[in-house]
Amino acid sequence: MRFSLEKRDYRSKKMTILVPIVSLLVSFILGAIVLSISNANPVRTYAAMLKGAFGSQTKIQYTIVKAIPLLLCGLAVGIAFRLKFWNIGAEGQYISGVIGITWVMQFWTFLPTYLLLPVGMVVGILFGAMWGGIPGLLKAQWSVDETLTTLMMNYIIIGYAEYLYINAWKAPRGNMGTILYPEAAWLPRIWGRVHAGLYIALILVVILWFVLYKTRWGFELNMIGKNQQAARCQGVSIKRNIILAMLVSGGIAGLAGVIDSAAVTHQLTKGVNSGYGFTGIIIAWMSGLNPFVSILVAIIMAALETGSDALQIMKLPSAMGEVMQGLILIPLLAGSIFTEYRLVLHAKHKEAGV
Amino acid sequence: MNFLDFFTRLLAATLAMGTSLTYATLGEVYTEKTGILNLGMEGTMLMGALAGFATAYNTGNLLVALLAAMLVGAALSLIHAFLCITMRANQVVSGLAITMFGTGLANFLGQRLGPATNNYNLTGMNLASKFDNIAIPGLSRIPVIGALFDVSVLTYALYFLLPFAWFFLYKTKHGMVVRAVGENPRTAAAMGISVSKIRYLYTIIGGMFAGLGGACLSLSFIPSWNEGMTGGKGWIVIALVIFSAWNPGRVVIGTLVFGGITSLQFSLQAAGFKMVIPAQFLGFSPYLITLLVLTAMTIINQKKRGSFASPAALGTSFAIDDK
Repeated sequence: MRFSLEKRDYRSKKMTILVPIVSLLVSFILGAIVLSISNANPVRTYAAMLKGAFGSQTKIQYTIVKAIPLLLCGLAVGIAFRLKFWNIGAEGQYISGVIGITWVMQFWTFLPTYLLLPVGMVVGILFGAMWGGIPGLLKAQWSVDETLTTLMMNYIIIGYAEYLYINAWKAPRGNMGTILYPEAAWLPRIWGRVHAGLYIALILVVILWFVLYKTRWGFELNMIGKNQQAARCQGVSIKRNIILAMLVSGGIAGLAGVIDSAAVTHQLTKGVNSGYGFTGIIIAWMSGLNPFVSILVAIIMAALETGSDALQIMKLPSAMGEVMQGLILIPLLAGSIFTEYRLVLHAKHKEAGV
Repeated sequence: MNFLDFFTRLLAATLAMGTSLTYATLGEVYTEKTGILNLGMEGTMLMGALAGFATAYNTGNLLVALLAAMLVGAALSLIHAFLCITMRANQVVSGLAITMFGTGLANFLGQRLGPATNNYNLTGMNLASKFDNIAIPGLSRIPVIGALFDVSVLTYALYFLLPFAWFFLYKTKHGMVVRAVGENPRTAAAMGISVSKIRYLYTIIGGMFAGLGGACLSLSFIPSWNEGMTGGKGWIVIALVIFSAWNPGRVVIGTLVFGGITSLQFSLQAAGFKMVIPAQFLGFSPYLITLLVLTAMTIINQKKRGSFASPAALGTSFAIDDK
């Protein structure tokens, strides 16, 4: 008996749905093994995490508040991934957005208060787009490796943001953080801690789904990702699309930062490098780059984060959430082969006969 | 302080910082030569740092600690090899997954493997012994260059490992096989070479080097454990491989330059220079320089193709029955 892989004619629909679900289960089992090895009871730990994420109304609200920027980062990364542009810089683009809105809130005092939020959001999005656009331009113009440029730009903006909230823009009181945005310019809350950013994120999901699946531009992005040569032959401008996609991707990551700071932190301060941009990569890949599926994955990822905060109280390592997030991709990557290939069993005698 | 003294110290600091980078870069060169891109370096180095430190802390034996770091590095890169080679997963995403998993697991274990008195946390613990510098009598007294002969065993080992890697890859038959697999796997397979086996082997070797690179940090450079203590060095490594144009002979130039830039700020401060530039700007300067040099190198490479090119099959999966 011998196994071999045979390429399918079409991507298997069943497998595309089944693989992520099975992967999620496998990663929870692997996580349980990690927990048992490190002397923690897996069942108790998972129960505590579940309770920490969804145990009460307030906890559900916290999880949703976390899921909003995560979802946006996932969408941002997903657009770039569509044309196989490996944007690992959503983190930096997010921070760039926060810097943009903070700049407006702090220094554009000539604006009437009711304009601060909309103008701040636009500037933040533009800042994010700029931070995403630079690696896009470098890739399109000179094919500079984007994994490195986007990543290096993360470190640059993290350092710059730190300079701003510790030195240049520091509020007169305290030792770090800018002054809070004017209260009238905060993003309003709609249910407990959940804020109006939820609407923006959900509307964006619908818009993106439409753009990516129903318009010519979405079709072009897909074509570039699948077969650059064919796209070029069809007259699709690859350079233009890379830059455009990165502007949009960076803008959405910037929007994530804008929303989170306008609604939750109300300032630029420590913790702005939240890791949302990196988790966005997991969300994009797990959702198969589908905006609607991203909602579900973002909630799972947010639950892992709020759930592991609860572990600290139990004197268990809060880094368990990080382990789980990292683990999820591994079985998924291993399983993806079954969407494009099928496993074939050969009996030995048959092979000899041929 | 006189001028020579300053440069001696700068070189010493550069060597201390560059050792970890050099191990990991050398490992990634081995891996990428066979056509496998391993972006999991950051996570692998952090796991190596953790494994090394935890083992040294709990056993007191530095050699066992190095072995543990290598094993952990091998294990993580084995996952990468399995995903990319056997399961034909996307190498970029797989590498990112390894980095995220490695970082998370290292931080998790760092909160688990410490002494009960410190709530099982390893942060803030000290080692009984670390890899100290060993001065070679006479040679180490030469101004500036003497710094080369007053380093830890880990750095001395590189004086042999680097030339060996160059000789092995470019002057031996097996080295040619390795390069063939990275340049043209189809032809290599036609010549009877097992592409998968070679790729597995060198991905694992690369991971061992990355683990060692991490252990250099936690057992010698900053003998302690801190969450995220690699601080992006694993990513600098990926850039250094490009700067070295996949040639171990040039690895040392890159690591010296980057170790040097990072050490320069500390050396200047130690020499009593007043800092005009904010500390955070100096903090991100290595990344800014990486970005600029990478862009410049890429543009130059395009103008004159040839000796600076990456292995042709880098980042692509290979199966004999693919059409």
